[in-house]
Amino acid sequence: MKRWSLVALAVVALALPQVAEPIVVHTAIEILIMALFAMSFNLLFDGAGLLTFGHGCYYGVGAYTAALLMTEVGMPMFPAVIGAMVMAGLAALVFGYFCVRLTGVYFSILTLAFAQLMFSVFQQSYTLTGGDLGILDIQPPAFLVAVNSYYYFTLLVVGVSLWLLWRIIHSPFGRTLHASRDSVVRTQFIGINVRQYRLAAFVIAGVFAGLAGALFAPFNRAVAPFLVSWVKSSDPVLMTLLGGAGTFWGPVVGAAVFTTLHAVAIGYTTYWLLLMGGILLLGVLFLPGGILGFLEERFRGIAAARATRLTEARGASPNASAD
Amino acid sequence: MLLRTQALTKTFGSLRAVDGVDLVVQPGRLHAIIGPNGAGKSTFFNVITGFFPADSGSVIFKDQDITQLPPHVISRRGVVRAFQRGTIFQTFTVFENVQVAMLSRTGKTRNLFGLAGGLLREETLGILATLGLADQADVRAGHLSHGDLKRLEIGIALGMEPELLLLDEPTAGMSPEETAAQAALMQRLVTEQGLNIVFTEHDMEVVFGIAQWITVMHQGRVIADGKPEDVRRDRQVQAVYLGEEL
Amino acid sequence: MTVADVIGQFLSGLARAGVLFLIAAGLSFIFGVVKIVNFAHGALYMVGAFFTYSFAVTLGVPFWASVPLAAVCVAVIGLAMEVLLFRRVYGRPVADQLLLTFAMVLIIHDLVRLAYGSNLKSVPRPPLLAGAVFLGDIVFPSYYIFIILTGLAVLLGFWAFLHKTRLGKTIRAAVGNREMVACLGKPLPWLFTAAFVAGVFVDGLAGAIGAPLGGIRLGMDFDIIILAFATVIVGGFGSLPGTALAAFIIGEAYAFGIWFMPAIALSLPFIIMAAVLIVRPWGLLGRSGGGEL
Repeated sequence: MKRWSLVALAVVALALPQVAEPIVVHTAIEILIMALFAMSFNLLFDGAGLLTFGHGCYYGVGAYTAALLMTEVGMPMFPAVIGAMVMAGLAALVFGYFCVRLTGVYFSILTLAFAQLMFSVFQQSYTLTGGDLGILDIQPPAFLVAVNSYYYFTLLVVGVSLWLLWRIIHSPFGRTLHASRDSVVRTQFIGINVRQYRLAAFVIAGVFAGLAGALFAPFNRAVAPFLVSWVKSSDPVLMTLLGGAGTFWGPVVGAAVFTTLHAVAIGYTTYWLLLMGGILLLGVLFLPGGILGFLEERFRGIAAARATRLTEARGASPNASAD
Repeated sequence: MLLRTQALTKTFGSLRAVDGVDLVVQPGRLHAIIGPNGAGKSTFFNVITGFFPADSGSVIFKDQDITQLPPHVISRRGVVRAFQRGTIFQTFTVFENVQVAMLSRTGKTRNLFGLAGGLLREETLGILATLGLADQADVRAGHLSHGDLKRLEIGIALGMEPELLLLDEPTAGMSPEETAAQAALMQRLVTEQGLNIVFTEHDMEVVFGIAQWITVMHQGRVIADGKPEDVRRDRQVQAVYLGEEL
Repeated sequence: MTVADVIGQFLSGLARAGVLFLIAAGLSFIFGVVKIVNFAHGALYMVGAFFTYSFAVTLGVPFWASVPLAAVCVAVIGLAMEVLLFRRVYGRPVADQLLLTFAMVLIIHDLVRLAYGSNLKSVPRPPLLAGAVFLGDIVFPSYYIFIILTGLAVLLGFWAFLHKTRLGKTIRAAVGNREMVACLGKPLPWLFTAAFVAGVFVDGLAGAIGAPLGGIRLGMDFDIIILAFATVIVGGFGSLPGTALAAFIIGEAYAFGIWFMPAIALSLPFIIMAAVLIVRPWGLLGRSGGGEL
């Protein structure tokens, strides 16, 4: 994205609570959290070529850890969030260790299996996780109770996280992941232990997903096993594909569109899955690059056409030298 | 002695692709491995570089046993391979293809926060210049012509600063001019940069033009191994190639 | 706990395994031939069950006709899906195909909710099979026997088709080497369509005959697809005997798990699946050489 659009985005983001209704700010917080969730997913998908259908697992672990630490242990929010990230990272380390030994479809299915396993565990353990009911009444600290305050806080955390993710993707490490996406074999033959790098990426993605979950828990005041399930895991997949997996901002755009659509559609119809499925269907068939991918093509086309017109104009100029 | 294999064997089901191969690679010369299709040349490379685990036998590189090591370890030890089919990084530019190999070689790939863009620029461009690809540095690798693709393959391998370079059919699918350029490149790499090269080939002109040592494989076994003029006269080799112009 | 109880539980597991086998066999077959992982398989199973309800209960069609009718209807849906949707994404990366089938899961789920509502439905067993066979103390519910027999019939039928008929052998060859088969002049796209429809038919059949086993409800689709994946993975993608074996293991694990350790019972299939993926990713009877790094 060009500099100016980034600045514009920042201005809008900062000014939002001053001009918009609380419900809009509330939705904006949701968008930010989902954007972080989707970004962490895309680190694996576009960054390393790993399609995970179980990312909700780490989001849920983060949410639950934060919830438990804040309600049971009485921990203040900030250390609870850190704790959530650590737990999510650990879960990603344990599960990821097995997942990265597989490729393609098998990898995807194993990630799904682990997410579903966690879902069963969370659902069954009444004493620890409150079973089906989940954990309720999670209170953020007093100075974050107001919607606007929580918004700015989330904006800060997500903003920093996105910057970190940007750095990681453009680092030598990120390059290596990209290489492994293009050709696993070639990457091995330039001396890279691909499995190790994938595991590292998996853990990093898990940590950021856990952070997103930890931001969600006090915001939503409650967590439920659904957060860990594979159905929740499909959210970042849909958002990323909608926005465009091949671009950095794709998942953010997708999260914004998806969340807004959800907020609006819920008012009109309960057949939300039908709508989502339909959009996904059309997206896969006709917009494989997602919204941003489509826009990029358009602008590239326009820019190319403009360049052609310019060269043609120069060629027709009376001052052009004869060949 | 740079590389030695002893009784190296690799079987697939009932097929003995590599059948008890004893081979010695001496430093400082262009060593060709030839043989009809299915002789086991590519499999041999695959086993040496750890892509397939050997069923039995050993591979010794500079007095170290590298037999059961994984590919990424062997590459770092200095035995680097270029593939037959131009297995490059499609979405990277030419520059980035070679750069990532250099980043790996210099241990920089563990860097999570630096910006990869400008790292090791000069070194990477240097390799591109050697290969005549400097002017295409910013071209996406997926858009390259076949000849340039094969050269880029070698470029990636060079990024690993190899001691022993294994080239799998480096002139396959090339026009006569490109083939001559490729052969000249290989000679330059040996004489000017002190690389050791072992290559498989089907083009006999290239083989007898530049190779200083030839190993002939047939059905997984070595049937001849020596200087070009000796190999040319070897009766078994002639029988295998059935009167082909050697 | 008597021997009769154990055998009773064993039979219940066997019936469950029978239904699971049908679903998983379809899934495995589709993956083997068309190379698509059909996420929508669970949804189509659910549709088969609901259609059976519509035919048998709403319309009063006899059970024996309702089952094949429902299965055929599901097969038609599968045909439409393949021709209209999947054909467009054959050359594309695997992710696109996965996402397309996933989109179908969501769409089918809500369409079913639209048509049938969220309440539990049930299909009664036909009078002929409503009873049980008694052997001493042991009670064999007749319906379970029916399911087991159907499962066996399908297993044998598939096997015979693949190994004894021309078309079946062509399909097996296609799995091994696509380009070669295309060269032989057999029209590949229609082969894929046929394979897909066959797999979906068996799926719908599973839904139909499984309907009288328990309640029919929304959410069956999500629950069963994971079990189906587990079965296919444990048995090995593309291996029919493997799928049967895995269905048996998972069916019995579930039946006895529910009995002895209800807390873990729900997680058992995933534990087994994860274990297999970790130790032997190509499944119990599958072939190595795909999917390991």
